[in-house]
Amino acid sequence: MQQGFLGIDVGSVSTNFVILAEDARVIETLYIRTKGQPIKTIKAGLQHVRNILKGKMEIIAAGATGSARNLSGIMVGADIIKNEITAHAVAVSRIIPDAQTIFEIGGQDSKIIILRNGIVTDFAMNTVCAAGTGSFLDQQASRLSIPIEDFGKMALAARNPVRIAGRCGVFAESDMIHKQQLGYNLEEIIAGLCEALVRNYLNNVGKGKEILAPIVFQGGVAANGGIAKAFEEILGQKVTVPKYYDVMGALGVAYLALRNYRETGITKFKGLVTADYEFIAKSFECKGCANNCEIINIHQNDSLLARWGSRCGKWEHLDH
Amino acid sequence: MRVTFPHMGTSHIAFKHLINNLGHEAIVPPAPSKRTLSLGVRHAPEFACIPFKILLGSYIEALENGAEMIISSGGVGPCRAGIYGLLHEEILKDLGYDFEMLIFEPPLRGLLDFIKKIGRVIRPTRVSWPTFIKVFKTSWQKLIILDETEILSHQIRPYEVIRGETTRAFKEALTLIDKAETRQELDSAGQAAEMLLRDVTQDRSRKPLRIGLIGEIYVVLEPFINLDIEKTLGEMGVETHRSIYLTDWTRDNTVFDGEKDIKNAAKPYLNQLIGGHGINSVGETVLYASNGFDGVIQLAPFTCIPEIVAKSILNRVSRDLNIPVLTLFLDEQTGTAGAQTRLEAFTDLLLQKRRNKGDLDATGIFGN
Repeated sequence: MQQGFLGIDVGSVSTNFVILAEDARVIETLYIRTKGQPIKTIKAGLQHVRNILKGKMEIIAAGATGSARNLSGIMVGADIIKNEITAHAVAVSRIIPDAQTIFEIGGQDSKIIILRNGIVTDFAMNTVCAAGTGSFLDQQASRLSIPIEDFGKMALAARNPVRIAGRCGVFAESDMIHKQQLGYNLEEIIAGLCEALVRNYLNNVGKGKEILAPIVFQGGVAANGGIAKAFEEILGQKVTVPKYYDVMGALGVAYLALRNYRETGITKFKGLVTADYEFIAKSFECKGCANNCEIINIHQNDSLLARWGSRCGKWEHLDH
Repeated sequence: MRVTFPHMGTSHIAFKHLINNLGHEAIVPPAPSKRTLSLGVRHAPEFACIPFKILLGSYIEALENGAEMIISSGGVGPCRAGIYGLLHEEILKDLGYDFEMLIFEPPLRGLLDFIKKIGRVIRPTRVSWPTFIKVFKTSWQKLIILDETEILSHQIRPYEVIRGETTRAFKEALTLIDKAETRQELDSAGQAAEMLLRDVTQDRSRKPLRIGLIGEIYVVLEPFINLDIEKTLGEMGVETHRSIYLTDWTRDNTVFDGEKDIKNAAKPYLNQLIGGHGINSVGETVLYASNGFDGVIQLAPFTCIPEIVAKSILNRVSRDLNIPVLTLFLDEQTGTAGAQTRLEAFTDLLLQKRRNKGDLDATGIFGN
């Protein structure tokens, strides 16, 4: 049977899966909404992968990334558990080897990655304010009763984008409502919103970074043509949205898992049967000291699989 | 009198000794916790920085525990910290607490005021000036041993074989130092502390990354705010070097100006005081680069002007001297996941940079 490699990226908004063949070809990609229930979506994703492959391909090894990388990595027995920044850089440097700048806007986090000669030399993520650009756009789309898929198209149809205060989501929303009440049409407002978000991204996340072409724009928000166009207009440079823009993190760790397996021949992957296991997360507050750490226990069926959350290391051993 | 003071890293162990030996009763502020933070956030101005909020919360907790006097320090240069003591006092008095506040400004800025305030501390217990100097010296010695022990723990942690062993040894060492009362006891406690740490099982074949920590003093010193960055990085196999220790600060601002090197190093990029530790952050980055460090992490309270100014200058320092700098702004958010991601990505970047220089022992972007 053919051998396949799985990459899983569990973020705040979406959970993505990528399956690679032995020769690193992309066999399948999957994008599902996390809806705040990572365990459920990971299981659903594995179930889906199993249905697609139907015994034609066996998954040999897996990698995990995203903000729930530890959880998903423990659940499936991932060989590689990597942060999103490295995972994205790996994916881009495989697809567009000469890329020098990566813009990434996801559900919760925004980041910029600077590559030189295929190596990450600098990066930045949104700081104290969790920009949540993707979530913000989602929220505005639903407030306006417009499918999020149409948001980009509408922005592109605008002739005179309205200027919207983009310093932060809260201000942007109230300014946007003001402009609506003044009678501006929806297309112009949406285009203005896209520009405001791009200005905000470049001024906060991209501040002080040397933005050189080729520029790659990825993450869920890259689907929005309005944002991509706003980037090009403000920077005066071409911005490329790669084919797998929405699953680049999963693609990156799938490559890493494949590479790791080639180099070591070892895998910890538990198999797609993981989809049938019962996983439960339980938490409690440790009263051992003033830190009052929230300790999280992950159970697989009846056994304790993993535990994290303590500052002092008291709960690091599972046999407590 | 029951006397309290800010909680800053491990320094409370030395301050406790000082206060108790001057005939007062030290009310050691509880280590900052979620509760401290909530109290601080509730009563502080919204845009005050995190050190202000934590200190305020700490004072409230200490006052609840019966403190009658708060001893704190002032600040030099254009940074809000200079008025924090006064503002804290006003807020706490408004909340109805009855106490006395003594804010020590650096003695070089006003020797008479400094002496008067010490007089205020030692008069009630009729401690003579010679006794005060003796007790002060022992406490100072204690502070130095505490700092040395902590520095050693950061050097050993990246080599530890059993995760967490260094931290456990360090805690034990702190207990020993805490118990020591005389100079002699202190000397042997210092040696025992060193032994404890050196006994940690280590794998010396590792070549850990070396990262310098810079930034605003309080967030650098207090692990509750900086998400235990030294422990976190240490357990990721990184050796950290902290630019500031309390003993440096006190030495620099009391007797002589030991920061000249740092200020000279900063000069090509910044030649004037911008308050807080802004100029230090720039100068220290230059020094770390020339000492062959792999990278620098800047820790800054959210809205901290000196560090914001430094951050924008650090972009150029980083480019000129080819040393990556990561800035972490710290606020009341307690989530460690975001910080963890940034730290992991940063160490990946540094490892890959090393690997590119031909150091194949370092595991790069594709390692685990």
